[in-house]
Amino acid sequence: MAADYATLKAGGFMRQKQKDMFSMRLRVVGGTVTAQQLKAIAEAAEKFGHSYVHLTSRQGVEIPFIRLEEIDEVKDFLAASDVQPGVCGPRVRTVTACQGGRCCPSGCIDALEIAEELDRRYFGRQLPHKFKFGVTGCQNNCLKAEENDLGVKGGMVIDWNREECIFCGVCEKACRRGAISITDGEIRVAPDQCNHCGRCVTACPTGAWKGSEGFLVSFGGTFGNDIQKGREILPVIRDRETLLRVADAAIDYFADNAQPGERFAKTLERLGWESFTEKMLNAYSG
Amino acid sequence: MAEFRITDTVDITDVVCPVTFVKAKVALEELEEGEILSIHMNDGEPVQNVPRSIKEEGHRVLKLIHNDDGTYDLIVQKTEA
Repeated sequence: MAADYATLKAGGFMRQKQKDMFSMRLRVVGGTVTAQQLKAIAEAAEKFGHSYVHLTSRQGVEIPFIRLEEIDEVKDFLAASDVQPGVCGPRVRTVTACQGGRCCPSGCIDALEIAEELDRRYFGRQLPHKFKFGVTGCQNNCLKAEENDLGVKGGMVIDWNREECIFCGVCEKACRRGAISITDGEIRVAPDQCNHCGRCVTACPTGAWKGSEGFLVSFGGTFGNDIQKGREILPVIRDRETLLRVADAAIDYFADNAQPGERFAKTLERLGWESFTEKMLNAYSG
Repeated sequence: MAEFRITDTVDITDVVCPVTFVKAKVALEELEEGEILSIHMNDGEPVQNVPRSIKEEGHRVLKLIHNDDGTYDLIVQKTEA
């Protein structure tokens, strides 16, 4: 019986140019792989592949040169060390993330935790076309949020406390947007200038600036044949529940409205951003 | 500047990031706990980043003085971690 290439592809096995050879994509969340998993992957590459792996552009790991007849065996071998196959085709792909606030001094959110939650909720979900999530911890945007169909960028919702302020003037300069002004014992923030980067909070020597986590979400990014920057159409989101409600609404909109083979950016372009924006604002408000 | 008793000053306007911070850090190492360093720096990246790095090292930032010539003096009290 001929191999069912579509099913193999959906299960993370991409057909190679070489006859009956497949590149096996692995499930990776937020670019994090344990040492134990790495050992098993290395062993599998030696045993079943050509003794190397390919690191994909979206934090994935692929083992090329898996033989058709060994597909089940390699899956079992990796499963024993908690390594699962990835996906390809029209569904939710690898959720990418930077290290975020867990390790990075600039991180405003725990990007990996958010990525894991998105992965649990949506990974592999069948849709009209591929759908990519990416989570970046701050405005430095190492993870390039806007190139994803749905990008999440960490930010801080800031608050200034007069009692703890020594009016040293550091925050005024730390702000790259010129949003903070200090005059006569008063600090003012221009709300439309603040991009929630949180630099005032991290630079403040006394802790007078407090920041709570915020999420800036962009929609409709794509960076392949066609290049579109995802758009931020919502105010900063202040809690995870709202973030997930918005993500649910966005992915449902895509599932309900996209034509087969149509990326999110194209759907939004075809149907217009207005009705989508209204739906997102409703989800945002709860 | 009369409000702070400056122990030493360091000029980091002649170097660029990341040497700006390194030079300031070395100058702080020369001081005793509680002594005060005045760090002379340029506008732009130094003034955006050096104060934060000093804070992350555990020292106490007291004041950022804007000079008329577009430079800044960051007043820092040495604090042992």
